[in-house]
Amino acid sequence: MTASAPRRRARTRRFEVEGLTRVEGEGSLRIVIRDGEVIEAQLGIFEAPRYFERLVRGRTPDEVLDIVARICGICPVAYQMSAVHAFEDGVGIEIDPAVRALRRLLYCGEWIESHALHVYFLHAPDFMGYASAIELARDHRVLVERALALKKAGNHLVALIGGRPIHPVSVRVGGFYHTPTRAELTALRPELTAALDIALETVAVTTELNTPDFSREPRLVSLRHPTDYPMNEGRIVSTDGLDLAPTDWERAFAEDQVGWSNALQARTHAGDVYLLGPSSRITLAGDKLHPRAAEALAQSGLADEIRRNPFRSIVARAIELVHATAVAIDIIDDYRPPERPATPWNPGPGTAAWATEAPRGLLFHTYELDEEGRVATARIVPPTSQNQAAIEADLTDFAPSVLGLPHDEATHRFEQLIRSYDPCISCATHFLDLRVEDRR
Amino acid sequence: MSPTARRSGRRRPRVGVVKFASCDGCQLTLLDLEDDLLAIAERFDIVEFPEATSRRSAGPFDVLLVEGSISTEEQLEELLRLRRESTTLVTIGACATAGGIQALRNWSEHGPWAATVYPRPELIESLAMATPVADHVTVDAELRGCPIDPQQLLELLTALVVGRRPQLPDESVCAECKRRGATCVVVSQGTACLGPVTRTGCGALCPVYGRGCYGCFGPRNDANVVSLIANTAGLDDSVASTRLAGFTAWAEPFRSVIDDHGGPPGAKP
Repeated sequence: MTASAPRRRARTRRFEVEGLTRVEGEGSLRIVIRDGEVIEAQLGIFEAPRYFERLVRGRTPDEVLDIVARICGICPVAYQMSAVHAFEDGVGIEIDPAVRALRRLLYCGEWIESHALHVYFLHAPDFMGYASAIELARDHRVLVERALALKKAGNHLVALIGGRPIHPVSVRVGGFYHTPTRAELTALRPELTAALDIALETVAVTTELNTPDFSREPRLVSLRHPTDYPMNEGRIVSTDGLDLAPTDWERAFAEDQVGWSNALQARTHAGDVYLLGPSSRITLAGDKLHPRAAEALAQSGLADEIRRNPFRSIVARAIELVHATAVAIDIIDDYRPPERPATPWNPGPGTAAWATEAPRGLLFHTYELDEEGRVATARIVPPTSQNQAAIEADLTDFAPSVLGLPHDEATHRFEQLIRSYDPCISCATHFLDLRVEDRR
Repeated sequence: MSPTARRSGRRRPRVGVVKFASCDGCQLTLLDLEDDLLAIAERFDIVEFPEATSRRSAGPFDVLLVEGSISTEEQLEELLRLRRESTTLVTIGACATAGGIQALRNWSEHGPWAATVYPRPELIESLAMATPVADHVTVDAELRGCPIDPQQLLELLTALVVGRRPQLPDESVCAECKRRGATCVVVSQGTACLGPVTRTGCGALCPVYGRGCYGCFGPRNDANVVSLIANTAGLDDSVASTRLAGFTAWAEPFRSVIDDHGGPPGAKP
């Protein structure tokens, strides 16, 4: 030890998880505390790069829809939706209202399967003390069977409209390659009605979960639409008064390299962190929830806690399960197939940009199209790369409250907190893998 | 121990599900077998499946399902280790069996390619190519598709339980398209379609939905792509090479045809 070293050795504690489980993709957790102060809180990403923004160059808009779906096996529809709206806005195509309704129905299916997967398979085991939903099923078989039925209803919806639940094939610029008949959709109604009951039970079950105390005042961002709960359309709004067109994400936010980590993280231009996802949508657009979901939210009495405590996101997801299921039933009841599946359009140059609400939050795409209408450059900003800085800020704020716990239990609480944001690391990887690489 | 395993007096096979560069969709297909998942979990001891369980195992595995292509040095080392730990190694999906969509970068120089996505490409640790698992280790069985077909996954698992060879089709998408009574999109609309040279497994999904096949299950055995291009209306060289340059582009003979046409679209910076 050198003469200048402090006499008292600083007490350092490290909480590290090399491979996070029950998240989509490969990530790690690292928290370093010295003398009771958090000096490092990192959600690391070590998923291999796949270079999607480069892969789409030279491709036509319709080819891009098939390619970007492959960014994520859990939310391929979200990638197709942000891209298809961007191209239609960029080229100036008016879509048929029936096409619009069918797209929302497709998206509802994805929200249902993705949220059901997260609530029961990825997150609930944390609250209930199990390693997985499969182990949970040994003691609570009916609960897991009903969770599977709910997830299946969502997958059936995506498969009917899109052909298959993962990487569906029906969406094209201007509309669809194929649209279902009214009879085909109506046949799903009984399954969705049963799913709505399970979704309502899910709200009751998640409300009762023993939830860690944690409260902060986050900056939240989501879309907001005059009549609908945020999904395909709306303006980008925030708890601190932002109000932007869905094409203008770059006016308020930027992806940046952070000095201490080399990761690309999105922040506001002022450098502030912000959070997307179900809790943000409920806080900023809860008044647009389907009446069944609004009623469930009111009964839970947790609207304010959903905003302040990230562990309550499991309830927010349950509320959105009710919303998506109830809206799906309404869309099916009102459905008339579009007169023609797709509006014809002419490829050409321009800028195409749009944001929609993926299950995990706002997903922004922008493309420059060349003279032939092929992609010259692309930027895709998934929710997880936007949430990452806010997740790390929350880890820092949360850490002091668990330092008195045994090491393993404290580590588990950190993991549980990370799972609260439903991080999709496979989605984020083409932006975020820099950090870990730099450490070597 | 499940009743079945107790009756047969055998221990349940230890199963691992792991991933490399991929979207998670093929392993999700296991969780999407909603009607069978709990029964599968009774017949197999799922000891490693990070997406679904916090219980971890480094091996050994009776059966290992591998998703994703090999894109970094670290992944290659891990694959070699996993192969030593596994009795039966099964690749699942287009990334693991053919390199996946990310293998399109194999036609380009890696450094400039990375520089278009990352501000500091020197920090990216990545192999020059994204390659299928079988380029590096012996693979005992493979499930094709982007994503894999749930019924083929169920057939594979069933075959493993009873100890027989899985029955996986190797006919073309066209054969299934005809059985489903779909109208041929090539004949009726002049739409480019890879159905004749692509292995089935999807249920001829795209033609049934009125669009041409884009080859996500990869080439069937003895696929004659050159003849398809020479003899099919609506499938000239540029259309064909673009369409082949998709999710299974790195699989032969698709790869050679793309080579012959100067690489996939956008390969040059």
